[in-house]
Amino acid sequence: MADQNKKTVTFIIERQDSPTSAPYTEEFEVAYRPALNVVAALMEIQKNPVTKSGKKTTPVVWECNCLEKVCGACMMVINGKARQACAALIDQLQQPIRLAPARTFPVIRDLLIDRAVMFESLKRIQGWVNVDGTWEVKDAPIQNPYTAQTAYEISHCMTCGCCMEACPNVGPQSDFIGPAPTVQAHLFNLHPLGKFDKETRLNALMEKGGITSCGNSQNCVEACPKSIKLTTYLAQLNRDVNKQAIKNIFNN
Amino acid sequence: MAKKKIIVVGGGLSGLMATMKICEAGGEVDLFSYCPVKRSHSLCAQGGINACMNTKGENDSIWEHFDDTVYGGDFLADQGAVKGMVEAAPKLIKMFDRMGVPFTRTAEGVLDLRNFGGQKNKRTCFAGSTTGQQLLYALDEQVRKWEVNGAVKKYEFWEFIKVIKNKEGVCRGIVAQNMNSMEIKAFRADTTILATGGPGMVFGRCTASTICNGSAVSAVYQQGAYLGNIEFIQIHPTAIPGTDKNRLMSEACRGEGGRVWTYKDGQPWYFLEEMYPAYGNLVPRDVASRAIYDVCVNQGLGVNGENRVYLDLSHIDGHYLERKLGGILEMYSEFVGDDPRKVPMQIYPSVHYSMGGIWVDAKHNTNIPGLMASGECDYQYHGANRLGANSLLSAAYSGTVSGPEAMRWAKEGDRGSELTDEDLAKAQQACVDEFEAILKMDGEENAHELHHELGDVMNKYVTIVRVNKELDYCYDEVKKILKRWDNIGVSDKGHWANQEAMFVRQLRNMIVYAMAVTKAARMRDESRGAHYKPEFPERDDERFLKTTIVEFDAATSDAKISYIDFDHSQIKPRPRNYAVAKKEDK
Repeated sequence: MADQNKKTVTFIIERQDSPTSAPYTEEFEVAYRPALNVVAALMEIQKNPVTKSGKKTTPVVWECNCLEKVCGACMMVINGKARQACAALIDQLQQPIRLAPARTFPVIRDLLIDRAVMFESLKRIQGWVNVDGTWEVKDAPIQNPYTAQTAYEISHCMTCGCCMEACPNVGPQSDFIGPAPTVQAHLFNLHPLGKFDKETRLNALMEKGGITSCGNSQNCVEACPKSIKLTTYLAQLNRDVNKQAIKNIFNN
Repeated sequence: MAKKKIIVVGGGLSGLMATMKICEAGGEVDLFSYCPVKRSHSLCAQGGINACMNTKGENDSIWEHFDDTVYGGDFLADQGAVKGMVEAAPKLIKMFDRMGVPFTRTAEGVLDLRNFGGQKNKRTCFAGSTTGQQLLYALDEQVRKWEVNGAVKKYEFWEFIKVIKNKEGVCRGIVAQNMNSMEIKAFRADTTILATGGPGMVFGRCTASTICNGSAVSAVYQQGAYLGNIEFIQIHPTAIPGTDKNRLMSEACRGEGGRVWTYKDGQPWYFLEEMYPAYGNLVPRDVASRAIYDVCVNQGLGVNGENRVYLDLSHIDGHYLERKLGGILEMYSEFVGDDPRKVPMQIYPSVHYSMGGIWVDAKHNTNIPGLMASGECDYQYHGANRLGANSLLSAAYSGTVSGPEAMRWAKEGDRGSELTDEDLAKAQQACVDEFEAILKMDGEENAHELHHELGDVMNKYVTIVRVNKELDYCYDEVKKILKRWDNIGVSDKGHWANQEAMFVRQLRNMIVYAMAVTKAARMRDESRGAHYKPEFPERDDERFLKTTIVEFDAATSDAKISYIDFDHSQIKPRPRNYAVAKKEDK
């Protein structure tokens, strides 16, 4: 009996119709195929938005773009862990697979969340190199290739928010801006031109919600889908901020 | 005097570059994007960005970059435009370097360069294998600074619906929709730039992001904008086939020494090296894709009888691979489960990029005054085939042209009458009515299933090999799909983050786009670059050394094809043959 042997995958999805309405769950069944991932399964549900019990419903709402784990859009909580849905292969997940929005952030609808706060934090840490303009100035400075490699690692941060979801200090109970935006400050401090504004960035991190709000729980480094050594750079920033604080005392 | 207001639609490399240029010229930008601009598709570009840096002792020259690009594009690219681009390239790289792009460096700290397809000299600057991500982030950061300064207002999670023209036919604004609240609103602008990227989703499975649907391009095409060379779709030779998407395996794999092969008579057959001794694995994409297709489909020599061949890096030192290609090797391991450092990868060609797009003049103006286009959505720089690592370049460079020109137009252009509040209300209401009608759709068809069918038929008939009879069939099929669109049923009737209803609107635009591509392919009876017809295997310069222009026929939704001349004055067209070293007729 071919039909009975047909493998299916069961999803229990936490849904929510609007930012203020109560969450509820719906169960879905999707036909198994090799190399199926969570985004591909959600796409199958779009084609046939019917629950496991046969009830017609609306397609599940979520955010995705690249499906290559580089844009950061499809972060959600899968079986209790914040990660990119496109890279969550069904073969490696225990069933039924539970999907939920990352509630560290405001929920817009279903699995779709509002991560604007992360982009706002990048303004606070002045996450840019202060170039004069796009025009030609002169040759860019030579850089130590090892430092550049560290910068490259940090610059993989795709603002997905996994570290924010994993961090116990990010949330309504704290004003911590979170690991990802904090560590970005180090990226610009490493650049030969970016380091001219290092003091400004360090001073910004001394303020409320800055690096002193980091509780050193070390969850972030485990959660980062890009394997950025977040705790290493947080520790480095912490030393830099402390040095800056002492400097500030003597300069005042 | 009030500041000039420019609307930029799309926050990828081109849109952000244009935005910066406008801000620097004292303008204000309303920046519209489907997604936070930091998540735009430019970040999927992997291998690098071409610029003649000439730091590898190879006597590279800007002219050589120019000639490689024109030759690679089978002489269909506008030479004036290409010349401007290749001349600007080294300056753009220095700008990105100053902005903090973590380019991969040599031991002495200068930018490293790698080989890429269709080029004999090392000319490709790169940041590991995530160059697009790094370039996009640099501009994202710079534009964030302008946002803090108040010159940029971002409308993220807003979808472009259409442009608004005044009674003289000049584009004076747009209508857009908030993707959460579903609010539809009209906006005024002195100039509007579309930088909305490619149309990959028209082909269903491809290497593009799900947001690359060509919907905005199709919308303005239906409002009278011409499309140029729209039949030229790049098929990337090396992608990991998937059921949800085909994931790109960068050309940098071959640039760093990767070899393509399959078994023939029990022995590894390095067919690209054998067929094209001069360029080997580094032939341009159209050539490599056709060869892989031929080996798998015509000769039946795909791996295990499937449409796959090997892309092999396993002979290269692991540490070297990690430094140069780390990001994508990790991706392959993650999605496929094999380690490419140890076993050859299995790949097959996939729809990847559109050389064609909205027709623009040398300054990126479309034929609709006040409307401009830049980036992958324009048609300008790649002719019949794009060289690898020229897309990040054309995206960034086109923004440096469209931005300043948008400001010039805003100051000096013949813009005609202002839009009245009534004009805005009318344009807005038309889009609201259209959206409400979609919400009421109650037919039998599922929009996502229909999209799947569209992708299947386009992939089957309008990719590597094109046959007139099949193109006719395909056009009819797509037209039927357009008819079936009317019979879609929408299950989500709500007015909050209704992705389904927005997708239904996008899908209709995708179908119309597909018709334009198919018709343009049908009418071009020759083989040139990515456009290959076995019935017409030769390039026909006499008839087709011309830019295809597609106009929308509003009465029938059909695509009307005509041809115009373009600038090919600097390099005389010559036969393109990658089996032998390239030589220029002087």
